[in-house]
Amino acid sequence: MEPTTSAGPATTPERDVVLMVEGLRIVLDPSGVDIDDEVSLVIRRGEVLGLVGESASGKTTVATSLLDYQRRGAKIAAGHVEIDGQDILSMGPAALRAVRGGAISYVPQDSSAALNPALRIGTQLMEILEVHGFGASAAEREARLAQMMAEVLLPSDKVFLRRYPHQLSGGQQQRVAIAMAFANRPKVIVLDEPTTALDVTTQAHVLDTIRDLTRSYGVAALYVTHDLAVVSNLADRIAVMYAGRVVETGTRDELFAAGHHPYTRKLLASIPDITGERALRGIPGWAPRPGRRPSGCAFTPRCDWAVDRCHEEFPPVEEPSPGRRVRCWRWKEVGVQVADLDIHLRDKSLSARDTEEKTVISVRDVAAFYQRKEILHGITTGLSERRCLALVGESGSGKTTLARCIAGLHPHKIVGDIEFGGKALARDARNRPRATRQAIQYIFQSPYSSLNPRKTIGQILSQPLRVFFDLSRDEMEGRMEKVLEQVALDSSLLSRYPDQLSGGERQRVAIARGLAAEPMVLICDEVTSWLDVSVQAAIIELLAGLQREMGLSMLFVTHNLALVRSISQEVAVMNEGRIVEYGGVDAVLEDPQADYTKKLLSDTPTIPAVTAEA
Amino acid sequence: MNDEIIVSDSELVEPAVVHADRRRSEWLMTIREAWRMGRTKIGVGIFAFIVLLAIVGPWIAPYSPTEFVAPPFSPADIPKMWLGSDYIGHDVLTRVLYGGRTVILLSLAATVIGLGLGVTLGLITGYARRWIDESVMRILDVVLAFPQIVLTLLFVSIVGPKLWLIVLMVGISHAPRIARVARAATLEVAQRDFVHAAEAFGVARTKILFNEIMPSITSPLLVEFGLRLTYSIGLIAALSFLGFGMQPPAADWGLMINENRIGIVIQPWPVFVPVLLIGILTIGTNLIADGLGRALIGIERDTGVG
Repeated sequence: MEPTTSAGPATTPERDVVLMVEGLRIVLDPSGVDIDDEVSLVIRRGEVLGLVGESASGKTTVATSLLDYQRRGAKIAAGHVEIDGQDILSMGPAALRAVRGGAISYVPQDSSAALNPALRIGTQLMEILEVHGFGASAAEREARLAQMMAEVLLPSDKVFLRRYPHQLSGGQQQRVAIAMAFANRPKVIVLDEPTTALDVTTQAHVLDTIRDLTRSYGVAALYVTHDLAVVSNLADRIAVMYAGRVVETGTRDELFAAGHHPYTRKLLASIPDITGERALRGIPGWAPRPGRRPSGCAFTPRCDWAVDRCHEEFPPVEEPSPGRRVRCWRWKEVGVQVADLDIHLRDKSLSARDTEEKTVISVRDVAAFYQRKEILHGITTGLSERRCLALVGESGSGKTTLARCIAGLHPHKIVGDIEFGGKALARDARNRPRATRQAIQYIFQSPYSSLNPRKTIGQILSQPLRVFFDLSRDEMEGRMEKVLEQVALDSSLLSRYPDQLSGGERQRVAIARGLAAEPMVLICDEVTSWLDVSVQAAIIELLAGLQREMGLSMLFVTHNLALVRSISQEVAVMNEGRIVEYGGVDAVLEDPQADYTKKLLSDTPTIPAVTAEA
Repeated sequence: MNDEIIVSDSELVEPAVVHADRRRSEWLMTIREAWRMGRTKIGVGIFAFIVLLAIVGPWIAPYSPTEFVAPPFSPADIPKMWLGSDYIGHDVLTRVLYGGRTVILLSLAATVIGLGLGVTLGLITGYARRWIDESVMRILDVVLAFPQIVLTLLFVSIVGPKLWLIVLMVGISHAPRIARVARAATLEVAQRDFVHAAEAFGVARTKILFNEIMPSITSPLLVEFGLRLTYSIGLIAALSFLGFGMQPPAADWGLMINENRIGIVIQPWPVFVPVLLIGILTIGTNLIADGLGRALIGIERDTGVG
């Protein structure tokens, strides 16, 4: 790797560089398979670098390596990590302990697992100050503790500090973890997807806190995420990782305006756009895992730009402008193509309501209980023929409960009327007539749990066929091939097991299983929340296409308001067990009436519209 | 949309750790993992040795087990009588070689009965929940309250010392413990979405139990089988010793211990050798169960799945 520190913009002199990573290579221990290779990053004082990558890109492995920590089975094979000129990787255990939580600190993805459940949060926060010998006296430390709590907008009174982690909400726990990370005024802070488990409103608060703290303390921050939209308002610069390598680095505006690497461009296009101007475009295929990466440039199989050379040689780092780096043989051609490759305008005619359609499922004044507690209150809504209704809400809003009530999978008490085709639906799917069970199909959130790991894809797909139809072996085979084709999978998968498939493929199989029943209504419960953004976009494209072509009625449950325009015509926004707003997608998103919808809209991270100018 | 790459790839939690068949046959995986441990190899070695002894024993035995070859309690006389004679003058070595079959066969049969009964009860209670779960588990608690040998003796004293009864009762006395393990595993699996998916299709409950849930709980049951086999061997041998198992003049290790204990001071072999063999047999099965158990814990830790 050539030295790159001198290449920084003239406004930020070299001495401002706080964290420097050079030529980092991390491998799996006995096999020597590389997880990450040739990773070089530079972060300056007060700067936030967004490290963006999909699953298996090796981004978290890079993040923890900055603290010289590797998960079991991985080890650092080459490279340097320097904080203010101090080499972290060559430190002894004692020096390393002093640095961790001192000069460099870490905020994990799941703070509920990072906080000790048996200790009060005040004790844990004080501990980190004591261990690193912050301040001269206990009084000074206590003052710092109060200050820390104020910084993350939490109360610092005795009552609050005496709480245990489980007595805090997810957002509060994450704030405590952030307070802990900032406690000793570190030089570098590593944030590993700290908002992934949080609702959008909580996420917006946490992101604000992180931004303020890094700016005011001049901390160099590495923010690891799979979601470009999240870092779009936070990061100064962005490094995009793919298959263990940094493929492009640049300022946020440079990257959003014109990515020089095809992956950057495609990743941007796969992010749902809340303004509804752009159509969602998935990236075919999925990111390869370590040990399965192709030779040459790893993105080649998914790339429209690939030429022969891409299969053979991995492209070197090139610098189109100071501080901007890219690894692609064809970056010069990619970089100038702005408008027509990435920006596909959404076909707005799809959401226009041409004729009044018949109601398929109507829900009238429904209340549902969890044991004795009422969790849905007076829900009235309906699903029309050939239309898609998006049900949007944060966790705990009752959106999944409502979907499960309709599907006959809510095991507790339900009052009110749920009708299908004018006839009342039994509460439990088992008590519904076969034709009804066939007509309403449910796709589950996690494709890792909804497919039986002990069955082949063929066995899984044959289940609805056996229950609903009387088919011969050959007919069955033919049907299975047909539904696999509908979800763009090859029939060779029939003999595979779920664990041989990627997450996106598994979700396609789950959709195919629903389609095999030849349903009228498809209920999709957060079907993309476990998938990478590029795969999510492809699944959304698939579902939207199927819904149109097959004339399905669809209930699309999601927490992501930005997805709504890409798939549905109507939207119902839920909060605390009630529908707070209902209407056509464009009407609701452009002119929201309910306060809750407005808040949700403003908190949903979006990419700045820098692409629009081209 | 239609250009999804078709050739598949595995998406494991840990990259490049290649256990492609981890999910589809966990029990096979458990066995493979267990086999890597020294304790399992020793256990299997011991078990195989004793089983081999029991199988080929009758063919290599020098005499008939009911043949009188010497005065009672004659000392060892190599090479004519390696282990001497027993309380009525049978050759001890011959009876040892004949006496293993019954212990092993009866224990296996009892364990299989216990496993079948326990797994069925565990699946039903774990899946049905509510009152079925409550009532069945309370009845099992009552069974569990009796020590296994007391329960068996109770029924044997009512019906009489019948072999089938002993096997059945040992099996029944295992059932509550196996049912608990099966129930716990079922409770967890029954909450997974693929079970809900089958319910939504309207698949019959028995099919859900045996086709959907059962394949996912085989590993803990495998460990349980090994453990219960150990207990069965001890129980069957103990019942024979107490005179409720095989009846004289049959050759049986448990019975031999009882028959010859009066002469232990002058002729220890007919007591000592069966005790030793039963002891190492249980050590062998226990080592196997232990290896399987450790393998299971290891797999759960590595994959984060049960």
